[in-house]
Amino acid sequence: MLGALTLLLVFQLIGEVLAQLFALPIPGPVIGMALLFAALALRGGPSAELRDTAQNLLQHLSLLFVPAGVGVMLHFRRVGDEWLALSASLVGSTVLTIAVTALVLRALSRRAGRQGE
Amino acid sequence: MPARAQFAEIWVYLSTSPLLGLTVTLLAYQGAFWLSRRANFHPLANPVLIAVAALVLLLQLTGTPYATYFDGAQFVHFLLGPATVALAIPLYAQLARLRAMAMPLLAALAIGSLTAMLSAVFIGKLFGASEASLLSLAPKSVTTPIAMGIAERIGGLPSLTAVLVIATGILGAVSAKYVYQLLGITDHAVRGFAIGVASHGIGTARAFQVSEQAGAFSGLAMGLNALMTALLVPLFLPFLIRWIQ
Repeated sequence: MLGALTLLLVFQLIGEVLAQLFALPIPGPVIGMALLFAALALRGGPSAELRDTAQNLLQHLSLLFVPAGVGVMLHFRRVGDEWLALSASLVGSTVLTIAVTALVLRALSRRAGRQGE
Repeated sequence: MPARAQFAEIWVYLSTSPLLGLTVTLLAYQGAFWLSRRANFHPLANPVLIAVAALVLLLQLTGTPYATYFDGAQFVHFLLGPATVALAIPLYAQLARLRAMAMPLLAALAIGSLTAMLSAVFIGKLFGASEASLLSLAPKSVTTPIAMGIAERIGGLPSLTAVLVIATGILGAVSAKYVYQLLGITDHAVRGFAIGVASHGIGTARAFQVSEQAGAFSGLAMGLNALMTALLVPLFLPFLIRWIQ
């Protein structure tokens, strides 16, 4: 548990340092994820400890968004004034994005599957 | 400290310590999770939505400023970093499928990412949102820290973007199942990837409730979309600004 958590933090740290060093537009944790994925591919998979720790952390991923979500109270006035435009935009755009992404991916992976056969 | 001595009540002491913010966050989430499980993880019983609503109500009733609350809650917020890194592990388990689908995934990512950004600004504009709100809406489908960074760079309001990002995540988690039913999308890799592009980590949390494979592809989409949006927004910014004004 402790070793695995340290490993995750080390990869995040490397990611943050690279992002700062090269002024990358990608957040440090995302770079850390890519690097850890590459390391796993080289090493041939995670240890049981790392797998368990990741599972524990990801099981309650939702919890980690709660503090930022409570920040809505800072914007009550703006949200109140523009509620219709904001909700129309969020609902419309989110549903559209899910539908478009899923349809494109399904169409393309079917085609790729047929070519591979 | 004399100021503190004047207010000897426990509440005053507690309300200035990070302990309270952290504890109420965990309590609210566990209560919300319990409700969500009792509803058989129905998408409408979203734990983030319930916990945020309960906490906002509590803070309003006790007159606690958000900054005071966040002093404690930041310890939970911090774990977003290592959790993002940890997404590499379920992703690795999907290595074979990932290789087979690489090109379709990248194409769907580019189109999905562009759809998220342009449709949010377009619909917002159509309904008369202000310029600051529109610029805060543009990066709303990517994970909180990068969305805030993008909003700041293009002249939006980072803290508003954070809220829009969370709302987008909840909306995606609530609606995806119905969109997929309507369109007849059954492949868990496709389902996971699309929810990850549209609604980042909260979508990913929802996808993990559905299956390990959906969760892994959603985590991948979330990471890739952070990258894609960071590249696309500056590219499309002149066009977006001309559109908004």
